[in-house]
Amino acid sequence: MRLSYPSNIKIIFIPCTGKVDLIHLLRAFEKGADGVYVAGCLEGECHYNRGNIRARKRVEQAQEILESVGIGGERVQMYNLSSSEAPRFVQIAKEMTEKIAALGPNPIKLASDRKAA
Amino acid sequence: MNINILTLSEVQDIKGEKGNFDVEILKHPRYVDMEKCIACGTCFEKCPKKVDDEYNENLIKRKAIYVPYSQAVPLKYVIDREACIYFKKGKCRACEKFCPTEAIKFDEKEETTTLKVGSVILAPGFQTFDPTRYEALHYGKHPNVVTSLEFERMLSSTGPNLGHLKRPSDDKEPKKIAWLQCVGSRDINRCDNSYCSAVCCMYAIKQAVISKEHSDDPLDAAIFFMDMRTFGKDYELYYNKAKEDYGVRFIRSRVPAIDPDPENNDLIIRYSDEGGVTHKEKFDMVVLSVGLEISKETVQFAKGLGISLDDHSFAATHPLKPAHTSVPGIYASGLFTGPKDIPYAVIEASAAACAASMDISDARGTEVETKATPEERNVAEEDPRIGVFVCNCGTNIGGVVDVPHVADYAATLPRVVHVDQNLFSCSQDTQEKIKEVITENRLNRIVVAACSPKTHEPLFQETIQACGLNRYLFEMANIRNQDSWVHGDDHAAATEKAKDLVRMAVARASLLKPLTGKTILVNKRALVIGGGVSGMTAALGLAEQGFEVVIVEKEPRLGGLALEIERTIEGADVKDFLQELIVRMNRHPRIQVLTESLIVGFSGFKGNFTTEVLVGPGMYERKIDHGAAILATGANEYAPKEFLYGENEQVLTQIQLSKRLHEQGAAGLAHLAMIQCVGSRNEESPNCSRICCQNAIKNALHVKKLNPDTQVYIFYRDIRTYGILEDYYREARRLGVRFFRYDRDAPPRVESMDHGLVLTFRDHVLQRDIRLPVDILALSAGLRAEDTEELSSILKLGRNHDGYFTEAHVKLRPVEMASEGIFVCGTAHGPKLISESLSQAMAAASRAATFLSQAEITLPVVTAKVDQEKCASCLVCVRSCPYDVPRINEEGVSDIDEALCHGCGICASECPAKVIELNLYEDDQILSKVEALLEGVI
Repeated sequence: MRLSYPSNIKIIFIPCTGKVDLIHLLRAFEKGADGVYVAGCLEGECHYNRGNIRARKRVEQAQEILESVGIGGERVQMYNLSSSEAPRFVQIAKEMTEKIAALGPNPIKLASDRKAA
Repeated sequence: MNINILTLSEVQDIKGEKGNFDVEILKHPRYVDMEKCIACGTCFEKCPKKVDDEYNENLIKRKAIYVPYSQAVPLKYVIDREACIYFKKGKCRACEKFCPTEAIKFDEKEETTTLKVGSVILAPGFQTFDPTRYEALHYGKHPNVVTSLEFERMLSSTGPNLGHLKRPSDDKEPKKIAWLQCVGSRDINRCDNSYCSAVCCMYAIKQAVISKEHSDDPLDAAIFFMDMRTFGKDYELYYNKAKEDYGVRFIRSRVPAIDPDPENNDLIIRYSDEGGVTHKEKFDMVVLSVGLEISKETVQFAKGLGISLDDHSFAATHPLKPAHTSVPGIYASGLFTGPKDIPYAVIEASAAACAASMDISDARGTEVETKATPEERNVAEEDPRIGVFVCNCGTNIGGVVDVPHVADYAATLPRVVHVDQNLFSCSQDTQEKIKEVITENRLNRIVVAACSPKTHEPLFQETIQACGLNRYLFEMANIRNQDSWVHGDDHAAATEKAKDLVRMAVARASLLKPLTGKTILVNKRALVIGGGVSGMTAALGLAEQGFEVVIVEKEPRLGGLALEIERTIEGADVKDFLQELIVRMNRHPRIQVLTESLIVGFSGFKGNFTTEVLVGPGMYERKIDHGAAILATGANEYAPKEFLYGENEQVLTQIQLSKRLHEQGAAGLAHLAMIQCVGSRNEESPNCSRICCQNAIKNALHVKKLNPDTQVYIFYRDIRTYGILEDYYREARRLGVRFFRYDRDAPPRVESMDHGLVLTFRDHVLQRDIRLPVDILALSAGLRAEDTEELSSILKLGRNHDGYFTEAHVKLRPVEMASEGIFVCGTAHGPKLISESLSQAMAAASRAATFLSQAEITLPVVTAKVDQEKCASCLVCVRSCPYDVPRINEEGVSDIDEALCHGCGICASECPAKVIELNLYEDDQILSKVEALLEGVI
């Protein structure tokens, strides 16, 4: 359908969101990502039964860690949608971009910017 | 590889006989060269001619050159000759001018070809009923009266409103929607479709639920129906959920007319409830749940081939030969043989494939083409030498992304030794060029920055394989679907994103390792568990295709529940059929029957299972090696605890009644009552048992035939004579069988008096209790799954709430279990009629034969592996695997069998010690992309 969405979204493919590791999420923030989201199948419709439910738990775990270290738990989110829902994909991409824009850059980056300056 | 799809083709004639047919085919021109079309959509964009889009029920427009829908196979454009300006006026050719691959062929002509085949399967499908002739419903005149198929498109996220619910007259979001059931079904007054279309109740509920989910404000959804026919596996649960959790209103009333509100665009429905009280309600929109029927073209086509049709124009089939048409060697499936939902259409398709293969099993594999691949180059010792190919995809990428700039950028990335840019990377000549470049530069990792790996990865993998590279040393950057197509409004941003995506792909490519799927030999023997009609049919289906079968039955004789059944509702003799099946089983040289035998152990994996059986009567242990297994353990009639069953001899089950009628007739039987849904649709067993309504009506008709004076009363909640079975319901009413509806919480009461049984029930019309003395009370006891509990723990298989085995996919894989090589059929899968069990048994045999006919199978490479040196045996993987694959081996560490692993990676991400990796998605490989994307940010 070629619906337009913000170009700051870059997709990393994994076979199931159940493969998303806490390390993958946290490493992104450590390296300066402003936001990360996991897009999985609808709950109850996981091809591997419950991969997306595990993913949700890991996202929640990442949220707690990010919150406690001051980066902000809201920067990482879990979304569920089916592959035929292009309009929803776009809506999520926009929603997440707006949310992150409102939160501002990853604080880690601010620190390294200050050092550089 | 051995399926040849002929699109735009029509069968003109079929000559010959079973095993040897000549099929004459007329191929209409596509006017687009399939080899050249890359489905970029430029032609569609440039074509000036707009026409109604039939896929979207004419709610929006498409162009004269188009792809019918986004999942179309093959994904190639086609010119609609009737609409095309060039064909009409001789001018235009815009598509030809702009097509980047010169794929347009205006001079293509019709062709006739003849195919030589051994068997034929007909699956011509159906059309929906056109409700225009129901004038009182105002369809076609009032914009807010739509058919269910139109509404389906309106709800779809790929539909005209992108899934946003709007009513046609004013684009307002509707607040109240009504569904009218049975439009063009169960109706002999306003149309000729007396049958039930079998799918409308479920789709109406689905639409009501989705509409509620899609609405920003609370939506009121009301379904007007006669009988709610949610008879499929777990469908009743969905119905209950719609009612209780979503608040969909179900109103038992057939609505004859809709009145448009003259003041606005609303619609008024007047209806009377069961007590005869009339109501008036206003709705924003009305959806007509239109039925299914066979088109005139299909009727003509079938008649031309000499295929017999029934009174409703469905292909006439015998209940005990559900896939056979009247012409030997020609089989039928899907809606062509009667109304049905997707799972049953898929089951019948596989059943037809089984019947078709049985006729021609000698020819199996004779026309299969295989490709030889050269020996693989060992790149383990080499440093990564990456080649990057950036695709323009005509102007699809090149028109947005600065491809030369991306290519120059790619050349600066680490380990990249060669970069090329191509106009079309997927074209034949580019493939040859890529091969040359790989060999010349001794490349050992390839990155293609182009379109989606979903469509093109296999092509490139074959190309690199052809020059000796392992196919997994390949990575794609999707700079079209994920970039140029969606960021066309900002060329600079798209180019930057393309650079990011290429950098990420290159980073991952450096870490790719060659992977080879292990090949295992397939044991050609099948094990069938259960010797009822389903098990026997599956066994014969396989044996007659040349496979050896061992069948295990726990009872001393074959036959199962069918031994208790005399005839089908259509009158087919089940006893004779069963005897013939048993004789064929016992005589078949490739079938071994083990009776009085029990399954006690099971191990192995697809293609190589070992099952331990205690073989009766001596109960000695035997190990059977087999490649596939079919579960056909069946179901039994529920033994009621209700309505004095077992206490009073006048209370029988339907099976007992049927026996009694065959043995003793119905002389002297004055009053016979039947109660439906005994042990079904209740707290303990929430689903519908599917077969009991027709069973009651079968017995009622039998009684009426034996003794027309017998008064028959059937107490029901919904009569669920789906499909053509509706005809028998109508016949029963015509013969004076009386039907009384009761509510779940107010069933009839039975008392045992001195003078006999007395039934008390509430009459809805009279609104009072009525007492009825009866000679026999027959209970329509539901079905109960048999032996699935123990088997499911031995074979590690899933079961649903009611104890029936859970198939791999409810709609698309109805006979396969989630564990490969294991199949299910008959009532072990869920309640069903004998004819439906036979279809599913043949379907299971067909799927098992497809599996067993492979000499060897290559296991997928994407599996998890444990670094056993470091495993702490914490059992996290054992607990987290959705398929129970990891186990602690003799050395006390986790072991994951690659033949059983599904490759989801859950264990890898759960492992606290990080000693499990998923091939092709190792942590380093995923993190390399994360790090490459964020390179330089900090």
